[in-house]
Amino acid sequence: MTAFAVPSNLAVSENGFLFVPTSGETFTLNKLGISIFKLMQKGADTEEIIDALLEEYDIDKTTLEKDFTDFVNQLKHHNLIEEK
Amino acid sequence: MEKKIYEKPAITKHHSGFMNKFGSSPVTTPKSEVDGVSVNAIADQYGSPVFVLSERRIRENFRNTLRTFKTRYPKVQYAWSYKTNYLNAVCSIFHQEGSWAEVVSEFEYDRARKLGIPGKYIIFNGPDKSEQALLKAIEDGAKIHVDHFDELYKIIELSEKTEKKPQLAIRVNMDTGIYPKWDRFGFNYENGEAMEALRRIVMQPTLKLIGLHTHIGTYMMSAEAYRIAARKMVVLANELFTKYETKLDYIDMGGGFPSNNTLKGQYLQAEQVLPTIEDFADAVTSELFRISYHGSDMPTLILESGRSLIDDAGFLISTIIANKRLSDGKKATIMDGGVNILFTSFWYKHKISPAQPTGLSTENSTIYGPLCMNIDVLREDIVLPNLKVGDRVVIHHVGAYNMTQWMQFITLRPNIVMVMEDGTTELIRESEDLEYIMSREKLPAKLSEFKL
Amino acid sequence: MKVAVTGLNNIDSPGPGVPVIRGLKDSGKFDGTIIGLVYDSLEPGMYMDNVSDRNYLIPYPSSGLEELYSRIEYVNEKEGIDVLIPTLDSELYSFTKLAPRLAEIGIKTFLPTTENLNMRAKDKLFDFCQAHDIKAPKNILASSVQDLYKISSEFNYPVAVKGIFYDAYICNNFDEAKTAFHKISHKWGLPIIIQEFIKGEEYNICALGDGTGETIGAVAMKKLYITDNGKGWAGISLKDDPLMKLSDKIISALKWKSGTELEFVKEKSSNQYYLLEINPRFPAWVYLSVAAGQNLPYALLELAQGKKVEKFENYEVGKIFIRYSWDLITDVSKFEEIAVKGELVNKPE
Repeated sequence: MTAFAVPSNLAVSENGFLFVPTSGETFTLNKLGISIFKLMQKGADTEEIIDALLEEYDIDKTTLEKDFTDFVNQLKHHNLIEEK
Repeated sequence: MEKKIYEKPAITKHHSGFMNKFGSSPVTTPKSEVDGVSVNAIADQYGSPVFVLSERRIRENFRNTLRTFKTRYPKVQYAWSYKTNYLNAVCSIFHQEGSWAEVVSEFEYDRARKLGIPGKYIIFNGPDKSEQALLKAIEDGAKIHVDHFDELYKIIELSEKTEKKPQLAIRVNMDTGIYPKWDRFGFNYENGEAMEALRRIVMQPTLKLIGLHTHIGTYMMSAEAYRIAARKMVVLANELFTKYETKLDYIDMGGGFPSNNTLKGQYLQAEQVLPTIEDFADAVTSELFRISYHGSDMPTLILESGRSLIDDAGFLISTIIANKRLSDGKKATIMDGGVNILFTSFWYKHKISPAQPTGLSTENSTIYGPLCMNIDVLREDIVLPNLKVGDRVVIHHVGAYNMTQWMQFITLRPNIVMVMEDGTTELIRESEDLEYIMSREKLPAKLSEFKL
Repeated sequence: MKVAVTGLNNIDSPGPGVPVIRGLKDSGKFDGTIIGLVYDSLEPGMYMDNVSDRNYLIPYPSSGLEELYSRIEYVNEKEGIDVLIPTLDSELYSFTKLAPRLAEIGIKTFLPTTENLNMRAKDKLFDFCQAHDIKAPKNILASSVQDLYKISSEFNYPVAVKGIFYDAYICNNFDEAKTAFHKISHKWGLPIIIQEFIKGEEYNICALGDGTGETIGAVAMKKLYITDNGKGWAGISLKDDPLMKLSDKIISALKWKSGTELEFVKEKSSNQYYLLEINPRFPAWVYLSVAAGQNLPYALLELAQGKKVEKFENYEVGKIFIRYSWDLITDVSKFEEIAVKGELVNKPE
């Protein structure tokens, strides 16, 4: 399964604030966005992240997978992660 | 263990000038029901998309507006503008409330007659009245509002043959300080054409002059323009009285009051900039009192506003077909209701609400309809919460013009449902089917067979 | 006493919020809290020392009345606002419509009436001037590029092309007018006002009307230095009796309530004043009025509280304001507070 490379200098705050020191860009993540981002930093791959979230949240797998893909695409669009 | 409530993961980039989400307060309150009837239940029963009209809202709008004018002027009569929405159920509500019919074509005239409206309660406007239509209207005693001299001379010609005297008013156009000037309908005030037309009618023994009519524009954002229009109408009425001792039965100020829809070019929301109905009523009635004959002879004020009475009583329920990302990363949502049934989305920024409670995070999106056409865009930019495939949304303020200007294009026009005052729902126009559409077509014999 | 003020965007085309607050604080009589209401996380006023105590993001005027009201209601529950002073053109319609509801929750305002706003609206100003025998440049309202073709038949280039709320360009030919039309309509909507260009010196007046027709105070200023986009970067207070009389006449005819900025041009050949614009709020240079002896922001605060305010009789001429820029340094953590939570505390309660 796909894992993600998150630059080590990226840290997301408790509020969901993300500052990219190399580009000067700033972002806000919502609660689930924060959780996923932190799991990615720990090295979790797609399957592990989906499983962890299915465990924790009241959601079906199809919807979650769609939303997760969309989220990953946005992170990639903003150059915040790379797929390993 | 109880699972946590899910909300779609989201990330928002901060752009100065666009980042303002003012904390995390919900931007969009869901619209889950129409007069207590569940939006989802309506869509489940009648399909999606589906138009919904609220009987209660129509009646309330009508009564409020009428009261506002009646408390300012003693004689007020409404005429329902058929072109705004001529579904029988809609017209009948207005007629039950005491409205006459205001029609602009022979088709609409026939609709009103068929619904049981006597000719004398029909106001016949518009630039295209055929000889046949005019004869009908004269015979029925309808109030004919003359648009141009060619029509006037046609009526004079007919009046010499008919037994009944045509009941005439003229439509007047004028400069009210607003732009664009609607000078294509009726006789011009400033250049004296209007007075000349009136003189011609008064001098003709086979005609009866009963009123004056103007209609200064549509979606009017200034009450002041109505003040000017009413003032000029009174000048004409007073001149008629002084010169020819003619008193008018009525002055018809037309319509054009806006609804709370925001125009595309408008920066602020409609509700922030539009005058209230009280402002319009003040402007019109304060001028009418300048008429030189008073008491029981004062002319009746006739009003024909359509949009402001029905727009907010109409909703379009639509269903999310898909979400996608455009090449620049922007979110796009496709719904099953398109511009073919929502003509007004060409000029309004229609408000769209989810039909169910949603998560807090929102995103700027483009909303597309289902047509395979590039122009099928319902909203270019709207901040909405995340909507899943199958979720319903409610498009607001669609009661005016959509159900008369809609197009049958690559799909069939949907059901129209009315939520009645007692909370029941009635189907007031059935969705079209293939048979209905094809039944009007004729296939030439030589084209009826082919082999592939 | 808690006073909420908008327009802390003292950027190159500055909002009047910061100078209004400065006026209140310099009155020597104000001992309260300033709540900044901001539209953007980077409005400088909330990062400046000793300007605002606490700040809240509020929704843009284009997002609708209810959104705005519920946000103000939220801020009010936390803070208990006594007086709200909006300072930006585009938000005034909203606040004027909301004023009765704000009063119900204890927030006082001193705003122009909707009628005030409509009569001075850029597309209606010419009619107002004609009705009151005030000289004003002719104008055309343009709703499409088509309308721009009328320019050459009605008057000569150059013309001023203006948005209904903001933005103005001087255009020397059709192509420039077309570019300006697109630029402005994209941002501020339609119609666009095309105004005859009157040659001469510009004069501005910062004034306060009490709503009965009386002028509480008025200070005239001539710009000494104008930036590329027409903003005064320096100006000097002056007094010319015909100009002051004209200002009184306008405020009286409008029964103007609240602060305002009147913009005039003194036509070169006739030496007559033409009224270019009536802005429905204090100008960004309102602090010059304070420096010249008329603390109009503080007077407005008193009027809002229903107090009787004496008319200012005089002011000093020859006072100069010179705007300057200065790079304020702050940390990303402060930005995070306002960008994510929508609230920035400089001084806790």
